[in-house]
Amino acid sequence: MIAAPPEPQAPGLGDFANHDLLEVSMGPHHPSTHGVFRMNVVLDGERVVKLTPVFGYLHRNHEKIAEKNSYLASIPYTDRLDYICSMTNNWAYVLSVEKLAGLMVAERAEYIRVIVAELTRLFNHACLAGFLLQDMGALGTPLMYAFREREKILDLFESLSGSRMMCNYMRFGGCRCDLPAGWREQAAKVAADFVFFLDQFEALLSENEILRARSEGVGVLPRGLAVNAGVTGPGLRASGVNYDVRKVDRYGIYDRFKFRVPLGERGDVFDRYMVRILEMRESVKILDQALRDIPAGAIMDPKVKLRNLRPKPGEAYGRIESPKGELGFYLISDGGPTPWRYRVRPPSLINLTVLEDMCLGHTIADVVIILGSIDIVLGEVDR
Amino acid sequence: MLGRGLLRGFFETGRNFCGSYYDPARLTTVQYPEEKLAPQENARTVPFLVYDGEDPLAGLRCTACTICAQECPAHCMEVVKDTEKKADYLGKMQVKPRVFAIDMSVCMGCGICVEVCPFDSIKMDQVFELAREDRRMLLQLKDLAKSNAYFHQIHPGEAAAVDEARAEEKRKAQAKRATAAAPATPAIL
Repeated sequence: MIAAPPEPQAPGLGDFANHDLLEVSMGPHHPSTHGVFRMNVVLDGERVVKLTPVFGYLHRNHEKIAEKNSYLASIPYTDRLDYICSMTNNWAYVLSVEKLAGLMVAERAEYIRVIVAELTRLFNHACLAGFLLQDMGALGTPLMYAFREREKILDLFESLSGSRMMCNYMRFGGCRCDLPAGWREQAAKVAADFVFFLDQFEALLSENEILRARSEGVGVLPRGLAVNAGVTGPGLRASGVNYDVRKVDRYGIYDRFKFRVPLGERGDVFDRYMVRILEMRESVKILDQALRDIPAGAIMDPKVKLRNLRPKPGEAYGRIESPKGELGFYLISDGGPTPWRYRVRPPSLINLTVLEDMCLGHTIADVVIILGSIDIVLGEVDR
Repeated sequence: MLGRGLLRGFFETGRNFCGSYYDPARLTTVQYPEEKLAPQENARTVPFLVYDGEDPLAGLRCTACTICAQECPAHCMEVVKDTEKKADYLGKMQVKPRVFAIDMSVCMGCGICVEVCPFDSIKMDQVFELAREDRRMLLQLKDLAKSNAYFHQIHPGEAAAVDEARAEEKRKAQAKRATAAAPATPAIL
């Protein structure tokens, strides 16, 4: 008698091989993946049993280009990392160059930096909440409300720096140009109006039964895992870890402002949404204080020269709390006109590493909102 | 009560919808190709070269020092110096560019060339309808040169400051030349 041949096994699926599993390649051209991001999802029915993120479709050789360019010429490239928040990218880079070369920053420029960074945080979080709701199926309305507010802030950025998104505004030692006449009053008005927008946005959404049903208990990120994986930003704080680089490092002049760091409890999608809403309220408070206290004076430190900067051999790591998490630049100088090594610590990429842990056991529709709640921008993930 | 949050959301949406009919400030969009918003004064798109006077090539402020080409992050500029020198507005002999080309398909409009230019020669334009059917966007000197009047039109504040500084320099240079040309007797005696 001939022995029956062994049952064929699907390759690479291990324990799941006996189920009817379906492998889906989600993305890179999927509207819910926030750019060119791909996930290889293995599904058991509608539940996720395995998820592999695939990225690199937007790789533009950012770090190597920066090692070929002068210190000044890298600033416009940092705009294009996280193309929503160009101002905070500028800040993280110039902060590390200032550390590397030991440069001082003009007082007025420090205030302007805080103002533009908090404005950036406002519209980044507002847009993220809009995108998240869009992923849940609230097509259009919340996102358009958020974009309406973003438009006002982008107009402010255009009148300040000349460009709406690719601002290229900060320089080591200060900022490129001073505030135009009337800018401060406009910014104060935008900040005051933003509180009304937040009230409206929360009335629209925070109590919404569908939102809560979809987001509560979904995509829980345990506190220990968040810390071990190096997650930073609102995602970490939603898990209840009190870690905000603005409070930990007190870079720039953040020690002069009174604000609180909102924390979540459960670390689910709803907490991540709510932490961002509360953070926007705190940002408005910082804006009020900064716009009130901003001193007159020069916006560039007179000793700093922008061209032909040759820092002494050494290394520096400058980090800030960007809206997405801890954004850092690691620079090594060998005394030449270009950095010898230039490395970005992108919060989006590192926050993305816990995606599989958050998605396992959830449905494919939940994967979309879990990804949305991490807040990634592929320009920063792939660089 | 289940559904209370939903109803509240619907009420907000309704309020927003109706509000946009009563308050003109709420209508934030314009009908673009027919209606265009005036750009803000600081707005920048791509660089151009400023010339004084009538003749674009003779009045060019650029002295082909190539600082902009060296500092350009995207390396999209090419500058070749002319062989002969001509007198500039201060009476100094300066080289002019023979070739000045910018590849606009590479230029990212960052404005670093403007920042590093010591002669106030290169400035940022505000044209934004740059789309073309072909991809030949290598602009030469004749396409790039635009008059000082145009510069005044798009960036009035900055242009006025530049003109003032240049007039001051010219006055100083003339005063210096006048002292040099004066008879050898020192004025103090």
